[in-house]
This record gives sequence, C-alpha cells and structure tokens, in this order.
Amino acid sequence: MMQKLGDFKLPAFFNYPPYFTLQPVRDTREKQIQLWKELILDYCRTQKVFLILLEEEFPLFSNPVIERSLNNEARETFLSALVSEGRAEWLDKGHRKCLILWHRIQDWADIILGFVKDNGLEDSVMTVEEIRLGIESRGTELHGMDRTILMRALKLLEHKGKVAIFKGTSADDEGVKFSV
Amino acid sequence: MASNNFFVPASVTSSGRPVLVPNEVECNLLSNVDIEHDQDDAVSFPPLKSGHFILTTHRLLFLSSSCSSTAVAIPLSVITHIFSSKRSLKSVFHSPRFRFQVSATPDNRILDSDPGRVTGLRSVVITVVVRGKGDWELFLSKMWECWRGRAWETTPSETGPASASASASLYASDGLVRMVGVGGLLRKEQEMWESTDRSLQEAFQDLNALMNKAKEMVMLAEKMRQKLLAGSSSQSNSANDEELGSKEEMQDWLLSVGIVSPVTKESAGALYHQQLSRQLADFVKIPLERAGGMINLIDVYCLFNRARGTALISPDDLSQACSLWEKFDVPVMLRKFDSGVMVIQSKSHSDEEVFGRLRALVTKPEALRHGISASDAAMTLGIAPAMAKEHLLTAEGKGLLCRDISPDGFRFYINLFSEIILDDLFLVKDYGIYSTWVKASSASG
Repeated sequence: MMQKLGDFKLPAFFNYPPYFTLQPVRDTREKQIQLWKELILDYCRTQKVFLILLEEEFPLFSNPVIERSLNNEARETFLSALVSEGRAEWLDKGHRKCLILWHRIQDWADIILGFVKDNGLEDSVMTVEEIRLGIESRGTELHGMDRTILMRALKLLEHKGKVAIFKGTSADDEGVKFSV
Repeated sequence: MASNNFFVPASVTSSGRPVLVPNEVECNLLSNVDIEHDQDDAVSFPPLKSGHFILTTHRLLFLSSSCSSTAVAIPLSVITHIFSSKRSLKSVFHSPRFRFQVSATPDNRILDSDPGRVTGLRSVVITVVVRGKGDWELFLSKMWECWRGRAWETTPSETGPASASASASLYASDGLVRMVGVGGLLRKEQEMWESTDRSLQEAFQDLNALMNKAKEMVMLAEKMRQKLLAGSSSQSNSANDEELGSKEEMQDWLLSVGIVSPVTKESAGALYHQQLSRQLADFVKIPLERAGGMINLIDVYCLFNRARGTALISPDDLSQACSLWEKFDVPVMLRKFDSGVMVIQSKSHSDEEVFGRLRALVTKPEALRHGISASDAAMTLGIAPAMAKEHLLTAEGKGLLCRDISPDGFRFYINLFSEIILDDLFLVKDYGIYSTWVKASSASG
C-alpha cells in the first residue's frame, strides 16, 4: 500500500528514518540531497506549491508514521541545493522564504508563448491577473501560478521583445501586450 | 670585666656578633645568663653577669650585654663532664641552672690545647644561671649533642678533594703531598669512590645522618646521571653485552629511585621502552580477548599500572611503548579514531571482520525496522559501548551504515541510499537489501 501525502504518492524510502537526518558522510549525503531535491520538485509541481516558508510546517518535511522530521539545518541544506541548481530562489537574506521553480523561468516563458499561440492572442492585450486566473488559462499550468514567477517570465519575454508590459487601469494590475 | 685569664678570649665583629672559626655553626642561644663557679672550688673566676650564652658546634660563648665588644669562650673540648639537671624543692624558688665541669690549668686558665701535654690539671665546675626565659633544657640537650659531636676534631684534618682545591701549593695544610700527575688523578678517583662508598654506607645506616647526607646524595645521583649521559653519547653502536646489562641495571635503579634517565627518553628505541613495549604486548593479550578485541588506551594504562604494583609507568611511557609496536611483530596495534579516541586493537579483529558482524546484525528484521544503538552493537560484538560506537562510526564512514538522530537517540541503519535509483524513485528491485527492508518495515504496518 503506497503512502500518500494528500494525493501525492510517496516513495518507499520516505519511511527510512535516516532519510530525515542530514548525513555527514559525503557520498551518502550527496545521494540524500539528490533524493530530496527531486522529491521537493515533484511535490511542488503536482501540488502547485510555489513558495516554501521555513517558519511554517511543510508537509513533505515530516513523516508522522515514523515520527521523524527534518531539522532546520537539513531543510536549508536541501533548499539551498535547489537554489544552486537554479530550481529555486531565496526571497530573503535570512533564507526563510524560498521560491520553488519546478519550471524554470525560461520554461514558464515558453509555456506563456505556447498559451498565446494556442489561443490566438498574438496581438491582444491581457492583464497579468487575467493570464493567471482568467478563463483562458483554465486547465493549463498557467492557471493559479505564482504572480512573482509570472512577472519574471513576462519580464524575460519583454527583454526578448515578445511582450510589452505597461501599467494598467487599476493600481495593482499590469497589462501585457503580446507581439509574438 | 676584671682582668681574668680564666676563659678563652673570643673575637667579636663590630656589630657585636661572634666571629666563628671555619665549620663552626651556632646551635642555640640563651639570653640573660650568669656564669658562676662553685664556692668550694680552689680555682675561681669572677662571675659573669647578664650576658648572651651561645652554643656552637665548637664552643660556648658568653657575650656581655653591658660590654658588647668583649666576649669569652669555653671550648667544648675542655668540658670533662656535664651534670644532669636535677629538679629539687630549692629549684622552684631559684632561677633554673645547670652545671658542667671543665679542666683548668694550675695557673687558673681554661685548658685551650691538647690535655695530654699539661700536668696538674684541676676540675672546675661552672654553673649557668638562666635568668631569662629561654628553653634552657633544650640548650642543655643541644650542648650534649655538640659536646659528643666533637666537631672541633674534624676541622684540622679535612683534606678531601673539595678542600684541596683551595690550596695551590704542592703540600696540603696537613702535610700530605697533593695529588699530581696521572697517578695522582687515579688516586684521586679512587679516593673519591671510596669516600662515596663510605658516604653511601653511612647514609643508609643512620637516618639522621642521611638527612645531613641528603645534599651529597643528590649531587651523587646527578653525577651518575651525567656519567650515563656522557657514556651513551660517546659510545659507538658496538657496546658489549655486559656493559649494556649494567647500564640497564643502572637505569632501572635510577628509575626506581624516581630519577628520570635522560638516556632512555632521548634515544629512539632505547632499551627501556623496547622492553616495556614487549611486556605490554604480552600483558594486553588477555584483557583484549575479554574485551572483544579492542580496549581504550586509558583502560590499558590503569590495568597495566595496577598489575605492575610499583615502578608505575607514565602515560607518556605507555604511548611510546605502543608506538614501538610498529617495529616489532606483535599481534596488537595502536589505533587512533577520528574522534581522537585511542585504542589498542587486536590485529585479528580487523575492520573487515567487525564490519561483517555489524552487517549481519543490522540486516536482521528487527534492526531493519528500528536500527541499532551503540549498546546493541556492544552486546553483539562483545565489546564496550564506547568501542562499539567507534566501530559504528567507522562503518558509517565506509558507507555501510547511516545514522538516525531523533528523540529516540542515536541509531544506525543499513545504508539504503546506495540502493535507490534517482531516475525512478519508486523502483524497488525484487532482490537486494532495499526490497528486504521494504518487506520488513511494511510488516510492522
């Protein structure tokens, strides 16, 4: 019987107690870090988690079945490993907030372009919120995505001349003109 | 003081201290005494009043309080009898006093030279009246000692090599020819060793005398040590067995007396440490067996010293003895762990052998589910928990085990990380330790 965290399937080694203790021996530790990086990305992708706050409880970091959970040092170590790989970003100097890029920014940019093409939005204008939460994006990965990440991806596209970002009518929203 | 030639005059320094002859030492002092004579003595002297009475190894000195520049002496050599002090009813009311008898010449002088040459000697009893508060009984007993000590007799005849150096002439003060030339040097050596021998004998017979000789003994030991030191550095490597044997005895003796021999500590592989090293290897076999092949060095230190009883070795000796094992073919070795812990390990208990046993332990179903602690390992391996922990850490370092730190404690599991495939996190092969583990852990539900 596979263990689950919500609807997320957990691998067998999630019940291996040493998995939750930061290993000191170099080779063992490297393997452990790899396993955690993958698990974190998989979980975040399927559960659409974009942000991990170390102050708060993150379900993946504890296993009540074996009564183990990662200490702070371990959590920071694994997340920093993701940051080094470009799959996450620290949002603060104290390393308490971590933005998870289970798609890299470049990947998000490509997804946006795909979305624009699929919906024939080549010359249209949309607000950022519409991209994120509008009817068009339903069923795509864009729907419900993190605003920070979306802005980054759009900025990247702006650099490449594919979009133009401008201040919208309301104070907290921006508009995007596609020139794909 | 009235002109009186009874006593021997004594010289005094400008500050009123008596001038002592060579080797004369002050022993005791009474302040405020009177010196009187018995009424019925034919020879008489005017009483001496209120003075300091000083006892030395050679004389009794009286320094008048009123006239501090003059002093008289009574050489101890002229004393013929010291009366024991009697306590009588009378003495309760009087100042304490003690009496002694001296020889005097017919012309009313204390005898100042060899009594054998003068005839017509008289005995004069001198009474010392103690008016002050000093411990006169102590003074009296010291006077007995000094009188019996006869220190004045040794002064003129002292011609040991120490004092001979003062004289530059061919003839020493006592008329003997000084030591010159090779023959002289040899004789000097001989005399020195004889006096050393006498010195040793005397020292060991009389404890009191030993205290006096203590300084000499220390110097003697120092000389011997220097000799050993000089001997070892000048010797070539081909020294005959006999010499080595006696040198070893000498070292042992010095060590047992408590004097550290520089020879053994300075030269690598010196005899002492070699022997100790072998002795230690023999001794440690049985405790090692009982301890499952590994003992903490500190424990060995205690066991070994307890067995030796006396002539204990220092931690440094032990450490050196162990490090010498590399050079010999002994079945034991010294091992230092990363944590700094040092142990003595039986060579037959190699790491591989221990790892084999650990692996067997840690793949049992119970251990797969809950891991093992240092005490679990200790029980299985038959060694002390601290030693077991070192083994577990070493096994972890080699990738055999992984640690699990939790409120349950510090435990170890078989290393499964190496079995997990990164590309397929859910893959568990049908064979191998990973699948065994999965089955074991799901059994507990």
